[in-house]
Amino acid sequence: MNVNVSTVFRQSPIRRNTWRSMLRDPMTALGTGILAIIILLTLIGPFIVPNDSLAVKMSERLQSPSWQYPLGTDHLGRCIFSRLVAGAKTTLGISAFVIISVTLIGIPVGLLSGYVGGRVDALLMRLVDGVGALPEFILAIAISGFLGPSLTNLMLSIVLVKWIGYARVVRSIVLSEREKEYVLAARVAGCSTWTVLWRHLLPQIISPVVVLAALDIGKIILIISALSYLGLGAQPSAPEWGAMLNDGRPYFQTVPELMIYPGVAIMLVVVSCNLISDGLRHILDVRSR
Amino acid sequence: MLKLVKARLLQLVFVLFLLSLLTFTLMKLAPGDPVLRILEVDELAVTQADEAALRKELGFDRPLLVQYGEWMLNVLQLDFGNSYIKEKPVLDEMIARLPTTIQLTVGGLAVMVLIAVPLGLLAAKYPGRWPDHLSRFLALLGASIPSFWMGLLLIYVFAFKLQWLPTMGKGSAQHMILPSVTLGFAMAAVYARLLRAGLLESLSQEYIRAARARGIAEWRILWRHALRAALLPVVTVFGMSIGSLLAGTVVIETLFSWPGLGSMAVEAIFQRDYPVIQGYVLLTGVFVVVVNLLVDLSYGLLDPRIRYGKGELS
Repeated sequence: MNVNVSTVFRQSPIRRNTWRSMLRDPMTALGTGILAIIILLTLIGPFIVPNDSLAVKMSERLQSPSWQYPLGTDHLGRCIFSRLVAGAKTTLGISAFVIISVTLIGIPVGLLSGYVGGRVDALLMRLVDGVGALPEFILAIAISGFLGPSLTNLMLSIVLVKWIGYARVVRSIVLSEREKEYVLAARVAGCSTWTVLWRHLLPQIISPVVVLAALDIGKIILIISALSYLGLGAQPSAPEWGAMLNDGRPYFQTVPELMIYPGVAIMLVVVSCNLISDGLRHILDVRSR
Repeated sequence: MLKLVKARLLQLVFVLFLLSLLTFTLMKLAPGDPVLRILEVDELAVTQADEAALRKELGFDRPLLVQYGEWMLNVLQLDFGNSYIKEKPVLDEMIARLPTTIQLTVGGLAVMVLIAVPLGLLAAKYPGRWPDHLSRFLALLGASIPSFWMGLLLIYVFAFKLQWLPTMGKGSAQHMILPSVTLGFAMAAVYARLLRAGLLESLSQEYIRAARARGIAEWRILWRHALRAALLPVVTVFGMSIGSLLAGTVVIETLFSWPGLGSMAVEAIFQRDYPVIQGYVLLTGVFVVVVNLLVDLSYGLLDPRIRYGKGELS
């Protein structure tokens, strides 16, 4: 029975032509292209980088670009290109982890709060409002301050704050959708709460969540690199772009390349994320059409 | 309106309670035993009895709930204890550093207004033409460039290469330029776009058409009539983003060795100076939460059209 209802009323939110429309807009296509290249580099990185990103060779410090070291070496003789590629893995991996964690917390909370309502909703929303009122950087300082600076603690503090936005968005969509005919029809047809949530409501919230996530990824990358630069995230010697900037700081005056490459890398990734999020918002968000 | 204020005040109390609970819990979880730390400072032979005595004296043997209550009483009297490093009250140190941070913030805001207002006005006056494209490009740049990296580039160009400005520290007015520009630029990009959107919306209103019909000069309409209505969302977003402004000062103060509250917090983290971290987290936390509340309540004051009326709660 519920198969019929769901095939009739189910709308697939991210249509096949989403990809096509994304590539038609030049700026979005540019962002997608840059990000695709960076992800590809990250994936095949371990096979193409010429050197070990952690190998210190004091005899070959601060060298200019060569076949052996495509972008030269840093103040400890480490290959900058290899470190940049390894840094992409750290940065992209962490932001992917953070985004997946926040959606995995935010979506169920929002669904539950919006669909079940009542006391559960009141309780969850108090929590959301309470945690949401705390600025994330204060949380980041509190957590890394008391528990010690590390990448794990930094990720923890970002996840702790960021899930709020997702819970709020999902809840507001569920609140407006749950009174609509197709949900009523599904319930009359005898669908369980679980089926209604999973098969009927979840597809509705995917596109707003994707738009929100695309917007957040850029911000998360900036937070992680800024705090790593301060020494509150990835610790020096780890190939992370912010930490690389921190690491090479005394040499910037003589060898500005040490500062240029990681910064450009951060900016390229964040620019492409922002371009993609702009494009996605345009394509998926009905209101902005 | 009163009902709303009451609901928001209740929420404020809850949020502050959450903040204090979080700080207290994290402090208890922090590595290192404060009792041993104090005993080691005295550099005497430490016996188990000494340790137990001090633990009792400091009240660490009592239930956590009692400790929390006592700690809370101190915090409410603005007593955050003494800094481990400087051995002076945390509050005094924070008050001493506050003006420096305010100075940097004012500088950043000045740069922000100087860029955002002309750019926003031009972009709204010529939508789809080059000022609009420029503001869009700057907005993308501002949202994507890491502020600390921009600060590093500015130091390299203006302090090392051209030697026009001092590298870091605080002193003359010249010391203020680079940190203020770094802080103000990222904000300017956002607000220029926001201002443009607000201006375009208010330009489509009836009263603007009426003003045009009266033959008032276009620039005057933009400046006197449209800008006023467009400022409301800007002020709101500004209040909401006071938290990220403070986050910016943490990064920029550290980058430029600017002796304000933000660099104090970062130094304290590296020195494991827990009372200082605690003071910073609590006071800035309270500040941000209260400012957000005030902004929330000020919607009605700024724009009479949306004044909260009869039993309306949002």
